[in-house]
Amino acid sequence: MQLMPLLERLFPLGHSILRRDDVFSGSARTAAGEVTLIGTANRREVGIDDALQLAAAVLASTREHPQRPILMLVDTAGQRLSRRDELLGINAYFAHLARTLELARRRGARLVTLVYGEAVSGGFLSFGLMADQIYALAGAQIRVMDLRAMARVTKQPLDKLEALSRSSPVFAPGVDNYVRMGAVESVWQDDLAAALLAALARPAEGDRRRERGAERGGRTLACDVAAAVRAGEA
Amino acid sequence: MKPPHAKATAAEPSAVNAVHDSSTRSFYEADARARIAGLLDRASFREFVGPCRRMASPHLTPLDQPGAFDDGVVVGEGLLRGRRVLIAAQQGAFLGGGVGEVHGAKLTGLLERAVTERPAAVLLLLDTGGVRLHEANAGLIAISEILRATLAARAAGVAVLALIGSGNGAFGGMGIVARCCSAVLMSEEGRLSLSGPEVIETVRGVEEFDARDRALVWRVTGGKHRFLLGEANLLVADRIDAFADAVLAALDGLHESGDSLVALEREQTRLSQRIADYGDCRDGLEIWRRQGIAEPERLPLLDTAEFLAAAATRGTPCN
Repeated sequence: MQLMPLLERLFPLGHSILRRDDVFSGSARTAAGEVTLIGTANRREVGIDDALQLAAAVLASTREHPQRPILMLVDTAGQRLSRRDELLGINAYFAHLARTLELARRRGARLVTLVYGEAVSGGFLSFGLMADQIYALAGAQIRVMDLRAMARVTKQPLDKLEALSRSSPVFAPGVDNYVRMGAVESVWQDDLAAALLAALARPAEGDRRRERGAERGGRTLACDVAAAVRAGEA
Repeated sequence: MKPPHAKATAAEPSAVNAVHDSSTRSFYEADARARIAGLLDRASFREFVGPCRRMASPHLTPLDQPGAFDDGVVVGEGLLRGRRVLIAAQQGAFLGGGVGEVHGAKLTGLLERAVTERPAAVLLLLDTGGVRLHEANAGLIAISEILRATLAARAAGVAVLALIGSGNGAFGGMGIVARCCSAVLMSEEGRLSLSGPEVIETVRGVEEFDARDRALVWRVTGGKHRFLLGEANLLVADRIDAFADAVLAALDGLHESGDSLVALEREQTRLSQRIADYGDCRDGLEIWRRQGIAEPERLPLLDTAEFLAAAATRGTPCN
């Protein structure tokens, strides 16, 4: 879905965004009050300038309205692949963005993500994946890399990977796999404004993705292994 | 509080020699277990969910890929010169140190243990290309969990240090995690960035980034460049005991309480200024020259002590 029709469906009471290239921030009105908006559009490859622009919006929201929820709208094809961005430390810019979001959470802001286009790897890790709850539209796509590239890296025939991906959610792209593994809470359809209000009304409960992954059968070991290490088991 | 373990063993010459041998060796050449053995006080390490638990990844067998009983990461607790630390070391030789479901959960569990155990520090010995592509979705989610657990441990008042001096360096999502830590300690052999040069070359072409030009790769991602840019807090020689010294140096004067709004606004300014100062550069050499370092071409040839002396002559503040 395109950004403008999405914003109209999410915010019938109105919104206001500032957009530079395909990176935007702003605010919107909901029946539960104002929310801060940040996000990307048109499969934006997130670079260092983009990460700074998003972080500035998060810091401003935290400074002026620490309790105001932050909604992240994600459509990114991943991190920008450029020698210049690596030279300047793109990992530091992404870490900075993640840290501003963590501070916002600790100051009382709810963090909600909606993947409405694509969500790929590094570009997703530093903002969308930082939310308390992550949702996706039915037509969205989430992946690290496509199955053909994975076949090359793992030196496995593509048809074998395709067959395996029907039984295991761990490597094939797709929103449903991320739902099974507990990273995506649920898929939104129909009334998006109502879905957003329901998400904002949910209490913050920390990082429960491992528990959900175990409950849903898509990530059966992570929860128990982390608990065993936490307990200091030999 | 326990007395330093090293002092307890000082009466035994053979034990001292054993400690000496393992701690002065190369950090780069050592594997994960040797790094831990060299860093920690003798016999103080206790491993969590070790190989005897046979907690291998279940996702490798269907791909005919042999697993490892520690899933490529060693985690536990011990004493570093008498200070109680939690420690994790990635096995770079196993699938490039890639993070999968089990590997990632061990790191997350260790960071969560820090919140209740309150050690002097959590040490992350990174040796990784990031997500393990054989279980890519699980790896991506796991790194997100590690990232949040790192920030949660720091907010709870526990310092988390990234030690980077290995063959794989810290790339992909783990490069982001490194910069979410309280401090980054590197040797010049270490590399820290996001996308591997090979990936950039494959997608954007050799003229964008020639991954076979090792000197260039080093000038873009290596320890010396990261130190000059202010990305690595400390640069140390490639010896395990130099890393141990650096851990103590980093912890002195570090009062971790998580990121404050003031600190992150300062970082926002610093990172913006870096783009203003160096945004048109494509090689570390150009940045070092702009920093006012005389004959920047010689920096790669200097040993660590000579390099640090040369770096101290920088005319402009590092960004």
